[in-house]
Amino acid sequence: MKRRDFLKSATGLAAGAALPAMPSVISSAQADARSETLLIVSEGGPNNLDIHGVGTNVPGYEVSWNCYDRLISHEMKSGPGGVPYYDRDKFKGELAEDMKIDDMSVTFKLKKNAKFHDGAPVTAKDVKWSLDRAVSVGGFPTFQMSAGSLTKPEQFVVIDDHTVRVDFLKKDRLTIPDLAVIVPCIINSELVKKNASEKDPWGLEYTKQQTAGSGAYKVTKWTAGTEVVMERNEDWVGGPLPKIKRVIWRMVPQAGNRRALLERGDADISYELPNKDFQEMKANGKLNVVSLPFSNGIQYIGMNVTKPPFDNPKVRQAVTYALPYQKIMDAVMFGLANPMFGAPKDKPTEVAWPQPHKYNTDMEKAKALMAEAGHANGFETTISFDLNFAGVNEPLCVLVQESLAQIGIKTTINKVPGANWRTELNKKEMPLFTNVFSGWLDYPEYFFYWCYHGNNSVFNTMSYKSAEMDKLIDGARTAAAIADKATYDADVKGFVDLAFTDIPRIPLYQPFVNVAMQKNISGYQYWFHRRLDYRAMAKG
Amino acid sequence: MLTMIGKRLMFAIPSLIGVVIVTFLLTRALPGDPAAYFAGPAATKEAVEQIRKKLGLDRPLIEQFFRYTNDLAHGDFGNSLTTGQPVAAEIRNRLPASAELTLLGLVVSIVIAIPLGVLAATRPGSWVDHLCRVTTTAGVSLPVFFTGLVLVYVFYFRLGWSPAPLGRLDVFYSAPPTVTGFYLIDTLIARDFEAFRSALSQLILPATTLAIFSLAPIARMTRASMLAVLSSEFVRTARASGLSPATVIVTYAFRNAMLPVITTLSMVFSFLLGANVLVEKVFAWPGIGSYAVEALISSDFAPVQGFVLTMAVMYVLLNLVIDILYGVIDPRVRLEG
Repeated sequence: MKRRDFLKSATGLAAGAALPAMPSVISSAQADARSETLLIVSEGGPNNLDIHGVGTNVPGYEVSWNCYDRLISHEMKSGPGGVPYYDRDKFKGELAEDMKIDDMSVTFKLKKNAKFHDGAPVTAKDVKWSLDRAVSVGGFPTFQMSAGSLTKPEQFVVIDDHTVRVDFLKKDRLTIPDLAVIVPCIINSELVKKNASEKDPWGLEYTKQQTAGSGAYKVTKWTAGTEVVMERNEDWVGGPLPKIKRVIWRMVPQAGNRRALLERGDADISYELPNKDFQEMKANGKLNVVSLPFSNGIQYIGMNVTKPPFDNPKVRQAVTYALPYQKIMDAVMFGLANPMFGAPKDKPTEVAWPQPHKYNTDMEKAKALMAEAGHANGFETTISFDLNFAGVNEPLCVLVQESLAQIGIKTTINKVPGANWRTELNKKEMPLFTNVFSGWLDYPEYFFYWCYHGNNSVFNTMSYKSAEMDKLIDGARTAAAIADKATYDADVKGFVDLAFTDIPRIPLYQPFVNVAMQKNISGYQYWFHRRLDYRAMAKG
Repeated sequence: MLTMIGKRLMFAIPSLIGVVIVTFLLTRALPGDPAAYFAGPAATKEAVEQIRKKLGLDRPLIEQFFRYTNDLAHGDFGNSLTTGQPVAAEIRNRLPASAELTLLGLVVSIVIAIPLGVLAATRPGSWVDHLCRVTTTAGVSLPVFFTGLVLVYVFYFRLGWSPAPLGRLDVFYSAPPTVTGFYLIDTLIARDFEAFRSALSQLILPATTLAIFSLAPIARMTRASMLAVLSSEFVRTARASGLSPATVIVTYAFRNAMLPVITTLSMVFSFLLGANVLVEKVFAWPGIGSYAVEALISSDFAPVQGFVLTMAVMYVLLNLVIDILYGVIDPRVRLEG
């Protein structure tokens, strides 16, 4: 480290004469280092620096976002509370200086001065190799690419050194947005190929440990589970040079300690704290707390519609009337969420998602519906939740349990360890559960395609199947691709209405992303991936 | 002596083999599905299967086991999926952090507990005895994470005397070149006194937490065994012969009272390694305990197996050291070896 060297030389100089000056030398050097360094504390850290890796976790996405560039990215707009919020509909070049959309393809011209961290120029070859890799490695990246109808290496065509064309398989409104998510990052292909092996043709082992991109930051030190240190890339061309020179990201498992670190002013920024802490920090005003709704995200109560008693729509409606919505908002979320219930009776359905449904807590109605369904005496069932998010899920389920008991539904709470949760979801056997879904791409039909469509993806946790629903969802997707606004609007309204009358899953609220930071930190931006973008941040 | 060590090590081999088999089976019996976990939130069934294949989890159990033992024989503990690093390297990096903390906690605890126990035994019913009783009761009844949090709250958050609970060093210091892995020693070797001070100040609170927890058994055992020895005939004889009280207590009584204390110490040490898990969580300590817990939560097999195996080896070595110590303290034990 430079500071260390400097101190050594300072010690050498000071050996005889200037001993008393030592403490001030140290503190000023430290102060300099601190003012250009962003210290982030969070619960978990990355397990892989490459989003294409096997099982890269969400903190790993943050590294990828800041250390790699994509062809395009989103513009910013002013979001709730004046916080910069990514603009779903506006794109800007990151590695591309120009994007030309034709009928069945899109052509990108690369910035000529773009360089990877090792100095190699970014060429069309690298772009093709990186996109090929994303659609070929399998697992999450390939899946995400397919969400935008990007599935075959043949779709990516090198025109010349600085021009790439992406061919469309079919018209899909999500293709361009899907090129601006984290996955299609551009990787230094020559460097990675050098470090690839026969068993690992895409060099995943190499990029797991180090970043090989052209992004604004590069990882200089990574101790898994302890810290990540990132330094600014002085030659970045993807945007204006970031103000933060160094980012130190430390893992502090204890939420209480993270709050203490923030309040003492030792850490600059933190997230993943309990809602109660955020609410208290907001109230005492010493720190800047930003709370923004998850784009396209909802916490809900799901019911397995393939099995009795929840195969009966009357029972589902009874549950919908029996849920303690407002109590959950107050006692679990401490107000840090957007209610997704209790819309006025006469409010027309909007062409938007998420939007609140019209149900409210009404025990009398719930009891009547239970009687109509032939369950006047109630029944027994279990309600399951993911222990990884026990801070919210546990009190939420206790409240639900209490309320359902009033209409005769006796529930046992089933706490599923995080490692198990996805297995359990995949089995689709849990009768009653709570979960969150949030889509990177902020389009109603995207949400519904994953959560309500009869092709029964993992996120259709209720195993809901309805020919009418499928028709509306598919209709909206097709209409979006050919920009048929009238059909699109009608179909979106149609599937939202159907989702609310059939009510296989009951939306509770739209959760907030909460980030707490020191008052001198500015430039926080909300992104669809909900992680930090260091590039716009500044300190002091 | 050497034959005894050899014999003891030989005896350890079957138990180690047992540990390997049991941990392998236990981790496989865990309910979680690592493939589903690592396939990520948005995975389809096919994606999960792809991952399963990549991880080799689609093979029969017996084949997985042979591959595992074969790797083990080559010193390869496998790769952790959560941290993405080879387990052997991780354990090598993290073990010193835990060991430094545990040993320091133990030393602090011994320095306080043994004199306290001896004093309590020599003056039963006095204020020292009561003090001993109160501290031991308090120490044993406070859960470690609670003590840790209280210490952080008071000394860091309220008073600001202690540095931020951010692991082994202040964020703006760089780690000394690794020689022993113990920062207190390595910083001295590197003559980096500033880092030494930082490392020491980071250690104080977690070590104190561990010390408070381990005070009780050591002090109580010292007191009880001193009481027994002090009332025995050879002490009476020594006193009758006119030896000074100090000589009687330190030279004659204490040495004889040491054996049960040593046994307790070994137990406390293994205890502390367990308690470490919570202390490491509270102080963001990059140790081996938090590593193992994290791995367990995400059904990451390799680190759990590596952790259990390392611990087993450490217990074997610890027991060996204790046995040797017995011989040093009490020559009668050596004859039986």
